[in-house]
Amino acid sequence: MGLVMDYLALSKNCKKKTDDSFLNYSLAVVGTSSTQLLSCALKGYAYEEGIALNVFDAPYNQLDAQFLDQDSSLYKENPNAILLYISSESLQTEFAALDLDAKKDFANTVMNRLVKYWDAITKNSKAKILQYNFVNINSSIFGSYGISLEYSFEYQISKLNMLLMDNAQNNSGVYVVDLNNQQSLIGRNSFYDDKFYYVAKMPISTKALPYAAKIVIDVIKIFLGKIKKCIILDLDNTLWGGVIGDDGLENIQIGELGIGQAYSDFQRWLKSLKQRGIILAVCSKNEVEIAKLPFEKHPDMVLRLDDFACFVANWDNKAANVISIQKTLNIGMDSIVFIDDNPFERDQVKSAIPELCVPDMPQDAALYVKYLKELNLFETVSFSLEDSKRNDLYRVEAKRLELEKDSVNYDDYLKNLEMEAKCSTFDSFSIPRVSQLTQRSNQFNLRTIRYSVDDIERISKDDNYITRYFNLKDKLGEYGLISVLIMKKENDYLFIDTLLMSCRVLKRGMEEFIFNSIATIAKELGYKKVVGEYIKTEKNAMVENLYTTMGYEDVGNNRFVLDVDNYKSKNTYIKG
Amino acid sequence: MNREEVYAKLSEIFEDVFDKKVELNEETQAKDVDGWDSLTHITLIARIEDAFDMKFTMHEVLNMKNLGEMVDIIIRES
Repeated sequence: MGLVMDYLALSKNCKKKTDDSFLNYSLAVVGTSSTQLLSCALKGYAYEEGIALNVFDAPYNQLDAQFLDQDSSLYKENPNAILLYISSESLQTEFAALDLDAKKDFANTVMNRLVKYWDAITKNSKAKILQYNFVNINSSIFGSYGISLEYSFEYQISKLNMLLMDNAQNNSGVYVVDLNNQQSLIGRNSFYDDKFYYVAKMPISTKALPYAAKIVIDVIKIFLGKIKKCIILDLDNTLWGGVIGDDGLENIQIGELGIGQAYSDFQRWLKSLKQRGIILAVCSKNEVEIAKLPFEKHPDMVLRLDDFACFVANWDNKAANVISIQKTLNIGMDSIVFIDDNPFERDQVKSAIPELCVPDMPQDAALYVKYLKELNLFETVSFSLEDSKRNDLYRVEAKRLELEKDSVNYDDYLKNLEMEAKCSTFDSFSIPRVSQLTQRSNQFNLRTIRYSVDDIERISKDDNYITRYFNLKDKLGEYGLISVLIMKKENDYLFIDTLLMSCRVLKRGMEEFIFNSIATIAKELGYKKVVGEYIKTEKNAMVENLYTTMGYEDVGNNRFVLDVDNYKSKNTYIKG
Repeated sequence: MNREEVYAKLSEIFEDVFDKKVELNEETQAKDVDGWDSLTHITLIARIEDAFDMKFTMHEVLNMKNLGEMVDIIIRES
């Protein structure tokens, strides 16, 4: 994979036809400077990523009219997201006209204006808000002294960025896009071209436009579910310098001397990714004992064996191993990044598995981290402390698969797991995770209704609804919150509004456990009937026949009815 | 760089920007080339500046009358 960072190439993409394989998304761009070329770069970059982006380029410098008037052309467009771009250059012009008192308060003034816009957008539309932060500009009015002086523009811009970060944390629909970082990467003199600003009101040069576009599209990719979850790593010359099998433990390059530092830094970067929820796995052509040796015995290794959810070392071809890792982890192939220093291995794996993300690692290990940072593969729009435990969950899952192989039969395996489930009504701790599951679950999801955190909060307080979430654990560890059930009370029956389950716990008897719970709840509340519905999507074929399997009667129109009195409790090895 | 060489290089840039061969001479103006609007003008100028490692002034960007004038500036500045 390579990055297309040429504005002309991106602008040509805008004229190309998109086909059915493209995902659709609509974005409105609203700014204080001209955004025509930016819009074009956005559309062109989206094309590179398989997104058919419909861009509405609002007339510039009409923010009040566009945001505050609920009948504005912006709201009529009904975009999926709005990119708000208040350029530092336009702010600088505004700042220059102020007296000193107003200058001192400038960051607050602008921040209040932004919050007013955000509130108006939230009130008048469902669009997500993408907010570019502010590129640093030193006015050179005070020289370096200005950076510690409240009256300077540079002070106020830095303060504004800080305020923006704090405010965005408290606004769940606002996503800050780090334009300022792109400027520091390519440099102010490349990022901004004075002449084109005066000639065309363009605060971002044609050279910088692809960078500005990329970081927006990266976030939109996450909105569209194109998330990277896992990195599969080679070992020799990838995680350390040299070949462990030939050079031996003492001679591989790792640690705080010379070339080893680059590999140590790479490992530290990977460890931070693991901490933020990215799953790490190893795929190496090696004897497994030799491959594990540095992790167990080398004092300078940053990563250790328990940092990996999966460790595969053998002499099979790597594509086969990648497929086996993907099956073990049960995640989409398009969510996996494969990192290997050897171009031959990369080509082979890439041609066998085209959906896999295979970065063209630079030859020089000194550039590994720099290159991967530029690709920005691990964009996210959320983080919770639970994410940091994800690697462990998957590691335990891999152990379960081993236990399964060692069991005489599947029933024996299930019995040996000693599973226990807990069923609870929605509470403040579970609401974010419940909402996240309604957003992320595709396969085991009967109606695929997506709920925001606000929606779930509302439902949890509404007496017309019965809410349950399920936690599962076994002797090897916790699975966490793995299933959500929402039922609506109708006149003489309960309607299953939402029923979904994480695919990690398929075929453990959890389905049976949940259906037993549904019947029990109905009985306790005195309902004679429970009605379920199956709404077909591209991904949920696996639950097409779930209701009939569980003893519900097919009454047509994809609806299924349970006669509660006649429900026969299903066998399961899960204890309640 | 002589005039002929400048034209040869410009011809490549125009072909790249407009996605087709463009007949260039001293008298060529924006209105003679299909697709040469104010936005494409920015892209074109930026490409030419990079290719010849020179900069037009803002006055020139807005006021160059024809290709002949552009070539004069390129020869003078690069």
